[in-house]
Amino acid sequence: MKPARLHEFFSFLLAGILAATVGCGGSSSSSTSTSSGGGSTPAVNNVQTITVNTGPTAGPPTNSPAINEAFTSVTVCAPGSTADCQTISGILVDTGSPGLRILSSALTISLPQQTGAGGNAVVECLPFVDGFTWGPVQTADMTIAGEQAKNLPIQVIGSATFTNIPTSCSSNGTEEDDLKSLGANGILGVGTFARDCGNACTVAGSNNPGLYYTCSSSGCQVTTESLANQVANPVAFFATDNNGVLIELPAVAGAETSVTGSLIFGIGTQSNNALGSATVYTLDPSTGNITTRFNNTTFTNAGFLDTGSNAIYFLDTATTSLPTCSNLTFWYCPTSTQTLSATNQGANGASASFQFTVANADTLTSNVTVGVADGLAGPNAGTFDWGLPFFFGRHVFTAIENQNTPGGLGPYWAY
Amino acid sequence: MNLNISRSILLILALPFSLSASLGRNATSVQEDLAKMQGTLRTSSGNSYTLHEIQTSTGVAVKEYASPVGTVFAVTWKGPFHPDLRQLLGPYYDEYVLAVRTQRAQRSGHGPISIQRAGLVIQVSGHLRSFVGRVYVPQQLPSGMHVEDIR
Repeated sequence: MKPARLHEFFSFLLAGILAATVGCGGSSSSSTSTSSGGGSTPAVNNVQTITVNTGPTAGPPTNSPAINEAFTSVTVCAPGSTADCQTISGILVDTGSPGLRILSSALTISLPQQTGAGGNAVVECLPFVDGFTWGPVQTADMTIAGEQAKNLPIQVIGSATFTNIPTSCSSNGTEEDDLKSLGANGILGVGTFARDCGNACTVAGSNNPGLYYTCSSSGCQVTTESLANQVANPVAFFATDNNGVLIELPAVAGAETSVTGSLIFGIGTQSNNALGSATVYTLDPSTGNITTRFNNTTFTNAGFLDTGSNAIYFLDTATTSLPTCSNLTFWYCPTSTQTLSATNQGANGASASFQFTVANADTLTSNVTVGVADGLAGPNAGTFDWGLPFFFGRHVFTAIENQNTPGGLGPYWAY
Repeated sequence: MNLNISRSILLILALPFSLSASLGRNATSVQEDLAKMQGTLRTSSGNSYTLHEIQTSTGVAVKEYASPVGTVFAVTWKGPFHPDLRQLLGPYYDEYVLAVRTQRAQRSGHGPISIQRAGLVIQVSGHLRSFVGRVYVPQQLPSGMHVEDIR
């Protein structure tokens, strides 16, 4: 036993030295062990597995399989507690929004409620492109891989305590406060913004867009919400690896049931998240967009990379000659797979063209067990939305605004 | 008289959004939109339609297109948030919500909205801090006007 243990010890020591050596070298070596770095500051495990599959809505009672949605799990604890914790799966990984949002129906622990003016509960209305989420702002310690975001303001969606949605909130369109309408147990927003609303919500009066409310028994009123109290991108709360994320997904051939990839925290902070040869495309800081050109159309500051969108959405039949599907009119259905070319350009002038494919969505999605489909695309008036298929076979970095990275200050995307 | 006119213009500009119209309603409802969105209004007339442009207090650029008889047949918006869609879409709001919910359930995932109904076209895309939307009633487009003119 003793010699064996001694052998283990030396192996461990050797592995540590090797890991530290590679980590310091900053070379292009990629597959370093994520175990202890062995130096003065042991490396944190910054790799979280993500899975693209039919997701938590595939089975009964929702029976609504997802397609091209990347899911993962997070652990939330009452602040400061190591016992009052819960790990929740089926969380959508979204580079198109900031902040952690969890369905009330998926949350079994109770978290402290954030309070505002008059000691009343702070409740948020967050607009998405296809609707809104409504629910209280609460505080949690969130753990994912080896990273922890302490005292993180999160949104608990669809809480039974706050069922009266103010008209100014419900005027955003469709409510997405349960499993079926949200399509996930929650959303892990790891986009380029550090806070969801930003400065607009910190001012009083008519300039306030009305995302945050204080609610009492007599109703809810729009309130100001400081940046520090706003629902935040959890990555910015990490002690290390807090300047952005790297998403790695394998190439996908047509339709598959499932693929797995990695959500890696930090940019240039460890040996597994170096920018390497990736090109940095900085964003227009107010919109969080880049410029995309397709044929003769230029989307100036209206292109974006979004793991939360399940297809590549652009233009229409008149401009692309791609017919939409007969029933699924939000997707294209060309008779044969088309290879197209587009150019992305950053605010920094970095520009490169690349190819992408558009396949027949009816064919891709005909089998309900399919959870991943390359070539899924559809029409979109006004923006160029590079959804999850853009990420297949790529390593895509998302740098958070005002954070330092070896590629410069965020916000940017790099790939 | 002149003084009165400039006073009323000033009043209109300073008033919280009270001069605009909802989709499908008379152009006088533009005033109500203006009041609701606490914005400023600029109106210009073309050959076949009148354009009411509202800059809301939350930084959203709203456009309402009214026909020669004064009915608003198209609205668009662009900005960091959505405008008050219940106000802007007026009698079409319920159909909007239903149509979006139906597409959302069908798509098995998130993405921009692209709905072509017989009597209503809905196109919304972007993300928080950068939304764009366009909703119009195709039958009510004045003759000579093209869909591409709504932007």
